[in-house]
Amino acid sequence: MTVLAPASAEPHRYLQAQIRWHGLEIAFWIAALLPFLLFKTYLVLASQIAITALFALSLDLILGYAGIVSLGHAAFFGLGSYTAGLLAKLGWGEPLTGLVIAAAVAGLVGYAASLVIARFRHLALIMITLGMGLLLHEAANSASWLTGGADGLQGVRMWPLLGYFRFDLYGVTAYTYSLIVLFLVFLASRRLIHSPFGLSLRGIRENPVRMPAIGAPSSAHIRKIYTISAAVAGTAGALLAQTTQTVSLEVLSFQRSADVLVMLILGGAGRLYGGILGAIIYLVARDQLSGFNPQYWYFWIGIMLIAVVMFLPNGVLGGLAWLRAAWRGKTA
Amino acid sequence: MQKLLIGLGSLAAALLAASPVHAQGAIKIGLIMPYSGQFADTATQMDNAIKLYVSQHGDSVAGRKIEFIRKDTGGIAPDIAKRLAQELVVRDKVDLLAGFVLTPNALAASDVSAEAKKFMVIMNAATAIITTKSPYSARTSLTIPQLNETLGAWAYKSGVRKAYTMVSDFGPGHDGENGFQKGFKDAGGQVVGSVRFPVANPDFSAFVQRAKDLNPEAIYVWVPGGVQPAAIGKTLAERGIDPAKTRIFGQGELTEESALKSMGDAGLGIITVYHYDYNHASAMNAAFVKAYNGAYSRNPDIYSIGGWDGMHLIYEALKKTGGKTDGDSLIAAAKGMKWESPRGPVSIDPETRDIIQTVYIRRVEKVGGQPRNVEFDKVENVKDPFKARMKK
Repeated sequence: MTVLAPASAEPHRYLQAQIRWHGLEIAFWIAALLPFLLFKTYLVLASQIAITALFALSLDLILGYAGIVSLGHAAFFGLGSYTAGLLAKLGWGEPLTGLVIAAAVAGLVGYAASLVIARFRHLALIMITLGMGLLLHEAANSASWLTGGADGLQGVRMWPLLGYFRFDLYGVTAYTYSLIVLFLVFLASRRLIHSPFGLSLRGIRENPVRMPAIGAPSSAHIRKIYTISAAVAGTAGALLAQTTQTVSLEVLSFQRSADVLVMLILGGAGRLYGGILGAIIYLVARDQLSGFNPQYWYFWIGIMLIAVVMFLPNGVLGGLAWLRAAWRGKTA
Repeated sequence: MQKLLIGLGSLAAALLAASPVHAQGAIKIGLIMPYSGQFADTATQMDNAIKLYVSQHGDSVAGRKIEFIRKDTGGIAPDIAKRLAQELVVRDKVDLLAGFVLTPNALAASDVSAEAKKFMVIMNAATAIITTKSPYSARTSLTIPQLNETLGAWAYKSGVRKAYTMVSDFGPGHDGENGFQKGFKDAGGQVVGSVRFPVANPDFSAFVQRAKDLNPEAIYVWVPGGVQPAAIGKTLAERGIDPAKTRIFGQGELTEESALKSMGDAGLGIITVYHYDYNHASAMNAAFVKAYNGAYSRNPDIYSIGGWDGMHLIYEALKKTGGKTDGDSLIAAAKGMKWESPRGPVSIDPETRDIIQTVYIRRVEKVGGQPRNVEFDKVENVKDPFKARMKK
């Protein structure tokens, strides 16, 4: 017993140390409330950033932690969007239940897809996810009786949130709603990642063949996390549909899948805050640059991406962590 | 942590300081267009005309200066278009919204116009229902049924009894198909067959052959602008469809300036319907095309004319209200407004707030060695037929 005790206490202590809240994290979430006070006319942008951050977080769960590459994650985002939008169109405009149903639909489809996904890795995955995304986009285009086709879904009318808060022009309700959902999903993801399940996901990322050898079933774990990730992406899509009361084919587009991947890599994949930070940087830069120069702002985005990939290969967060380690090393 | 807070605080202060302070009394117009991406050239043509209008008519109306705030949607993105409209209203405090090249974006921004009671001028987006979404919106471009139903009815009148339609399988293509078939059938014609091919279609020969086998008197074609008009024009010629025997109909994009250039002689004889062409013969249009060429070294197109007339509507409505910019005054001033445009006489329908205009039937002919769209018939005072039916 005395020999075993430290060995079994060690991983527990490691996980517990991971799960403890860092001061910077608390500061980050408090800072997320700042727009209410300081940037009252930027709340609509803030809500779309929160929604995109949630979407990036969903991709981080599979790409950053389990090493599943995806170029078609917008498929689940779009599924959530259309589910929430169609519910509202058919007369059920209650946001919260709509959100849950949308997440469930995206999760179900995600589970079905995971049966295929779990069998492949790397390049094959890129092709498969890309193909699934394009298929769904084309299906939504041809089913224009259901989706409204290229004109987008018409007649999406949301009821007030909790029967009281209207989705207003300033975006106060939209941002509050998006931020709360983002925070709750973030909490759940944080718990998930710092659990033994989360650890085994990282094991799969590093070596998928070895994990079953030490008793962790890779495929089952991949199916689980993929389903969860799809449900989270669906939640993000539903939030966008509900807060903007518009749904168009663009929610399923390849561009959206690619953008979220770029944001995640920009912020730092495999770190919980990577996607969130990436979404903030990308969308704020986009908003400022395109306001400043509506025609050629993509040039500056391109320069920024090249700079990040060249100088911060692990994303902005990876770079910050490296700086911190270097600073500690110097002072020690 | 303290450093972080200080950092955030100073960032906030910097952002606040950077937010622009506008001159008191200026009338602010928020332009929402796809300035970047796939539709950037369309936005450029429209914006050119807006700038030209302002440079010719002065940058102040009714004693107030006109200021523009330009916002980029980057393409089809109703969520972004709606956010930009919201931000223009709540942050930039614009007095009216304008631009709108793409239908989904115009539909999304209409919600904001309706809620904030802001006058909104749609300068291109052409799906019929857009103006029904906000009681403060007016359109200065066209509607797809307005052109295509007119063409369908005209086709019957010109002697065609059996027609075949072939369109791209997406929203605008469907609208074109519906419009032409509706106009043609209502007049008494028979649609002997129809096909929808994928939007990104590399090869039209199989589809054209199928149409040819049915031996219709006319074929209606709708493909998006870009490389496809030339491709289908050449295929039609290669498959031996002679426009003198089997007439080929389409909406004006099929034979626009750049398409005609790459089609060459294959385009001769194609009949299209449009509301504007830079070759339109009038003194006003000649002056417009000359000034446009002088400023931008290219010919104006339908997007330019939409932007030009949109600015005219804004200027005239502002003159009528004496500079008052609330949605109710401006839309009241815009309703029933009539003017002479480079495209011919136009007016704003007081009931639907949509444009009423002359629709031209043109044939591709050689003029001075160059293929041109030559207007040979026209239908005057065409209202949007779709909304006329909605009322009933």
